[in-house]
Amino acid sequence: MTDSISFFILVIYVYRADLVNSADISDCYRESRRREIMDSNENQNRPSHTRVKNLNHSPKKAMLLSIIPGMGQIYNKRKLKGIALFILFAAFAFVMFDFVASGLQGLITLGTVARVDDSRVFMIEGILALLFTVFYVALYWVNIQDAKNEAQKIRDGWTPGGVMENFRNSWDTAFPYVLIGPGFALLVFVVILPLLFMGFLAFTNYNLYNAPPRSLLQWVGFENFIRLVTLSEWRDTFISVLTWTITWTFVATTLQIALAMFLAILTNDKRIKFKKLIRTVLILPWAVPGFVTIIIFSALFNDNFGAINTDIIQPLFNTTIPWMTEVLWSRIAIIMIQVWLGFPYVYALFSGVLQGISDDWYEAAEMDGASRWQKFTNITFPHLMFATGPLLLTQYTFNFNNFNIIYLFNEGGPAVRGQNAGGTDILISWVYNLTFTNSQFSMAAAISLILGLIVATFAFFQFRRSRSFKEEGNM
Amino acid sequence: MKKLFTKMRDRQYSRKEKSRFEVALIYFILAIMFVIIAYPLYWAFAMSMNTTSNLYTASLSPETWSLDNFRWLFTNPRSDYLLWYRNTLFVSTVVTVVTTLTVSFVAYAFSRYRFKGRKNGLYAFLLLQMFPVLMAMVALYILLNIVGLLDNLWGLILIYIGGGIPMNAFLVKGYFDTLPKSLDESAKMDGAGHFRIFFQILLPLAKPILSVVALFNFMTPFMDFILPRIVLRSPENFTLALGLYNFVNAQFSNNFSRFAAGAVLIAVPIATVYLMLQKYLISGLASGATKG
Repeated sequence: MTDSISFFILVIYVYRADLVNSADISDCYRESRRREIMDSNENQNRPSHTRVKNLNHSPKKAMLLSIIPGMGQIYNKRKLKGIALFILFAAFAFVMFDFVASGLQGLITLGTVARVDDSRVFMIEGILALLFTVFYVALYWVNIQDAKNEAQKIRDGWTPGGVMENFRNSWDTAFPYVLIGPGFALLVFVVILPLLFMGFLAFTNYNLYNAPPRSLLQWVGFENFIRLVTLSEWRDTFISVLTWTITWTFVATTLQIALAMFLAILTNDKRIKFKKLIRTVLILPWAVPGFVTIIIFSALFNDNFGAINTDIIQPLFNTTIPWMTEVLWSRIAIIMIQVWLGFPYVYALFSGVLQGISDDWYEAAEMDGASRWQKFTNITFPHLMFATGPLLLTQYTFNFNNFNIIYLFNEGGPAVRGQNAGGTDILISWVYNLTFTNSQFSMAAAISLILGLIVATFAFFQFRRSRSFKEEGNM
Repeated sequence: MKKLFTKMRDRQYSRKEKSRFEVALIYFILAIMFVIIAYPLYWAFAMSMNTTSNLYTASLSPETWSLDNFRWLFTNPRSDYLLWYRNTLFVSTVVTVVTTLTVSFVAYAFSRYRFKGRKNGLYAFLLLQMFPVLMAMVALYILLNIVGLLDNLWGLILIYIGGGIPMNAFLVKGYFDTLPKSLDESAKMDGAGHFRIFFQILLPLAKPILSVVALFNFMTPFMDFILPRIVLRSPENFTLALGLYNFVNAQFSNNFSRFAAGAVLIAVPIATVYLMLQKYLISGLASGATKG
């Protein structure tokens, strides 16, 4: 999964440069073309000299009438559309009212009778009701806007066409929504609903001893968060896990990038032969599925019979290193493994960029008598960073949530005295433990929420900086 | 004059010497890297060929190698390998078909139509892409439990599809953006409907990107370990990654060579695909860098 994600990013990256230019050009083209088509349509409908403004028709009135859905459209002399809208809205309201009302109520109470009411189900129904309400309100708003816009057009002298034409027009408008519909629905149920559910869970007292359907859940406000920072057993664990997560992210990713840069510069040297073969081998760790290599490494690093201890450390230093049982060594091992796993992707990026840097730069620098180090800091490094900056940032976010390596290497272990997370546990693997071994669901949700906030902040800055986001916004 | 000439020659000679030394050093560093990269992989391969099934006594030289572990995986009645393979294939196929279809619809709408909510939709996709589904694992676990999809391949399938939509949609949208819009506009002039333009004109042109999306969605269930770990409980529902992990997890030293054998069978095809695409990727990156 993670491998394919990084691959996707790579592919996006490959296409990015092309898309932007051609999209801009074709957008311009499209805009002018659309204007042409619109003009010609309008001319067909009524020659310009007969266009009469209908100043009596008031957009405000249409808006006000639209408070009852459809009325505004009827005022705009689009009876069929108005009636259809009215029936649609009324039917939805009629059918869904009970569900929404009881759902929202359930979300507030979370059930009243223990063993009968399942608070979790109440919560989920409540969230669905909430989502539905948002959707309904949005549609309602669109309906009012539509009535207003149409009234404005009528005021400017536009007359609605026949039924068939209107029907075709609304099919044209609706078509993109039809296309998005299935994907959007999946997204709502599989991604948005769980995320919201998790957000709500963080404010309840769902744990091993207070678990539905046996007992009811209560809203506890920010209690979980407060416990996380005030109760010493939670606070100590939280702080040590958070510190390690940040250290891990920073050290592992930076080493990964540094090694990749070093190797990319070495293999880009003109005097080196067999470049193709060298590149293939260096990319190999990326190509092998991560879970396989991590398990292999965890066997290699095994304290008692792993090959690293028995074949390398023992003969050379006549001692063994407790890779699995001592926190510091586990951390070192994990960082080394991640560097092994993660450098090829960055290496592929870098060597692509290096191949693209024109020789002119270096020749000019040589003329000026620049040293090798100067060439690196003034030409190579800026080029690499400019071209791959945002992608490198995603490497950091990826490692921040790199559950795979932590869990597969040692399941977050070794255990640490006085805290309920292992020595190499990062936030996400701690959440996993809390959920699946300790059944501390609310706490796990609260920590996930903090995790999400950190990622979101990071993402925000990353996107604000990256050029592609601005381009996307203009489109 | 002569003195100057010899001096120059000397200097050139020493520079050549230096260069040769540098090249040797680079090759030396690369050789070390090769060993570091190849050793674990070779070791795992050797393990898969060992019958002793004990890490300590396993040999790395091919003299005592045999294919027993592979045979065991496929023929032993106690082995679930084929069942896991079938499960994974099933998940992969459904995920690939559904994702590719829905995603191409969504991407087409975002690329070719200007509609209300488009911009917000794009932002939402961009944002959702940042949050791995894994982050909501508490909620997913409870949700699936309530709906009765825990320990069910369909639960896994749903999560794969839903979780992959934002990223895949962006990828395909990007590709659609590169296709000239004059194509579908001229088709529209000729009276082709929305669906017709999509299926007969754009979809065939988007084959390259769709096959990439399909390929990687197909490969994901073979490589992913975490989601199956959260969703699936009973061994007969396991996917390959999860099943293999349990070989190692249950009794470490006893089954490692079987794990290695099973892993080799997954890793070799996947690595081959990656390496085959790698060439195209690097050259693509290079051109992207010079243009961008």
